[in-house]
Amino acid sequence: MKKTGSQILLECLQLEGVDTVFGYPGGAVINIYDDLPDYPSITHVLTRHEQAAVHAADGYARSTGKVGVAIATSGPGATNTVTGIATAYMDSIPMVIITGQVPTPLIGNDAFQEADMVGITRPVTKHNYLVKDIRDLARIVKQAFYIARTGRPGPVLIDLPKDVQVASCKFEYPDKVELRGYKPTYTGNPRQIAKAAKMILGARKPVIYVGGGATLSDCNPELLDLAEMLNMPVTTTLMGMSSFPGNHDLSLGMLGMHGTYYANMAVTNTDLLIAVGARFDDRVTGKIDTFAPHAKIIHVDIDPTSIKKNVRVDLPIVGDLKQVLSAVVRKLHEEGDSVAALKERTAEWLEEIAGWKEKHPLTYTPSDSEIKPQFVIEKLSEMLNEDAIITTEVGQHQMWTAQFFRFKQPRTFLSSGGLGTMGYGLPAALGAQMAFPERQVVDISGDGSFQMNSQELATLVQYKLPVKIVILNNNYLGMVRQWQQLFFERNYSQTPLEVPIDFVKLAEAYGATGISTDRVDQVEEVIRKALETPGPVIMEFKVSREENVLPMVPAGRSIHEMVLAS
Amino acid sequence: MKHTISVLVENEFGVLARVAGLFSGRGFNIESLSVAPTLDSSLSRMTIVTRGDDRILEQINKQLNKLIDTVKVIDFTGEDYVERELAMVKVNADESVRAEVLRIADIFRSKVVDVTPRSYTLEVTGAPAKIDAIVELLRPIGIKELVRTGPVVLGRGSKGWKQAE
Ligand SMILES: Cc1ncc(C[n+]2csc(CCOP(=O)(O)OP(=O)(O)O)c2C)c(N)n1
Ligand SMILES: [Mg+2]
Repeated sequence: MKKTGSQILLECLQLEGVDTVFGYPGGAVINIYDDLPDYPSITHVLTRHEQAAVHAADGYARSTGKVGVAIATSGPGATNTVTGIATAYMDSIPMVIITGQVPTPLIGNDAFQEADMVGITRPVTKHNYLVKDIRDLARIVKQAFYIARTGRPGPVLIDLPKDVQVASCKFEYPDKVELRGYKPTYTGNPRQIAKAAKMILGARKPVIYVGGGATLSDCNPELLDLAEMLNMPVTTTLMGMSSFPGNHDLSLGMLGMHGTYYANMAVTNTDLLIAVGARFDDRVTGKIDTFAPHAKIIHVDIDPTSIKKNVRVDLPIVGDLKQVLSAVVRKLHEEGDSVAALKERTAEWLEEIAGWKEKHPLTYTPSDSEIKPQFVIEKLSEMLNEDAIITTEVGQHQMWTAQFFRFKQPRTFLSSGGLGTMGYGLPAALGAQMAFPERQVVDISGDGSFQMNSQELATLVQYKLPVKIVILNNNYLGMVRQWQQLFFERNYSQTPLEVPIDFVKLAEAYGATGISTDRVDQVEEVIRKALETPGPVIMEFKVSREENVLPMVPAGRSIHEMVLAS
Repeated sequence: MKHTISVLVENEFGVLARVAGLFSGRGFNIESLSVAPTLDSSLSRMTIVTRGDDRILEQINKQLNKLIDTVKVIDFTGEDYVERELAMVKVNADESVRAEVLRIADIFRSKVVDVTPRSYTLEVTGAPAKIDAIVELLRPIGIKELVRTGPVVLGRGSKGWKQAE
């Protein structure tokens, strides 16, 4: 039987197992929306902005590991998705974004609500398509999902002209994907793996450096095996955060610009750096010439372009981290004796690290009179369930979350690491809560970032999503203010957020609950109350205004040259 | 260092933009680029001349391979290959220089493909250095217009890829 383009699209989504899509209608996708009610297995979530729809699909993808799906209309709807797509691209998140397009005969004519989405999104998608012929549609959707979730994952955009949605043809979903130019490597080269095992056994001061790839390949059990088997300390990037338990003895926390003193010292002194799904971003390495100066570097990554992009690498291994790490562990097991010896040998190294930890632990000056933002994060870390999903916006609150929240389970920390997108956290929390209605989902936000997608309170209320929102209100674009304080002689140009917002009333205006406090002794109670309250809740904490994120490596400096105190 | 790279890509709309965008977006340079379909019309072959140190070339190679539409990449640097470029030169042909132009054309085994009372248009093929040379000789005579295709290359003997690919 013949089906229309919009029906074929929805059939394909169904066959891909898509249960939730996030989107916003308009003229160029009205046919898809017309057919949507005929596909009850697909729940559509109407966000209040297309950027939020994409971030929500991203939050859904990050928390589940499945492909997130978002839909927007042509022109302004489509261009509104760009920040969301770029955010997902930088963090390698599997997504399929469907945008409507003007009818094919009008393309290129500056038609009403026309935007060249394939052109605009080319540098921020893993791949993209303009569907010009309905007979290509099913194949393209199949390929899009395949490309999005395999290899190094990423967003794929399908631009679907209106006349293709209306046209009809016989529907057949291909059962195989044939892409002669796309064949990701999954198993690491056995020779390289054997070499890696040898290098590990020869190391005296090894460090494992874990990036977002570990989350993407769900290799946390293998990572834990590897670390524990040889007592190797583990430091993570912001993106790798929840792939290794933050409360584990071998955890050094985060490295880099706002990393711990001991993680950065360990990396500076290590003789073997094992990089796992990390890309040596400048926020991590600081001055590149002095990064890990004494180390041999093993770099495991599924994407060959990540390897040797920023640093020299002694042993590259291209492959899926889960497969490569378990192969390395297997190889090490074959060497029974020396493994035990290494376990002993790292004892000294771990002691050295413990010394650094004792000298400069991750800390802040507590206060009785005002709420320290770090204190709120510590309380949240104590009070939330182990499987609670935390999202953040971007700024100081994000770094404090990375520093003071102890993530214990994988895929529980969703944050825009690569692009650093303010406004990500609330819609991402929305997406995660759609995926896990029973789990606690908390967006840790700043007063600035919150206002970049606060309209999503309406979506939370509409779909009865009990997302809890923590606003660490310092009445500043705090992170920028911190830079101005430290590097621009306190010239607080355009960073004070002058108009005090009544976040309680704002919550209530949307039909949500708002609670606010500026008292330290009420922090716990506010959190408890918020967690007990059904539906979405804003907790506003008026925090000490000029608190800084420390330690800090000034941009362009070596990571051992940290500013430890203001 | 100069590198000549052949890239086999899907013969689809937008692929050229992807390759060009990759070079401009990452700050790689393109000295010349030529592209046309292969014997198998579903594929196109690009020849790109670029410059960079080993690290940059490694990135260019990997980034090209990473494009979904890229089927194969060969960097011919250090390999045995034949290289040809075609140029057309419209050159001044006033009475006083007509003979000289023809003599130069002859030396370079180039053909006259258009003649007017005022100009000759020469077609010349060869390695890029040969084209540079004739251009230098014609320059003092007065070049009105010049167009070059950029080089195309093929590996000698078995180097390269099979037509079936
Ligand atoms: C969309 C976007 N615009 C601008 C920035 C630059 N920026 C980074 S952090 C920051 C301040 C964030 O303020 P707030 O959300 O209040 O967080 P705080 O740092 O105060 O905790 C800004 C403006 C950004 N990261 N994203
Ligand atoms: Mg703020």
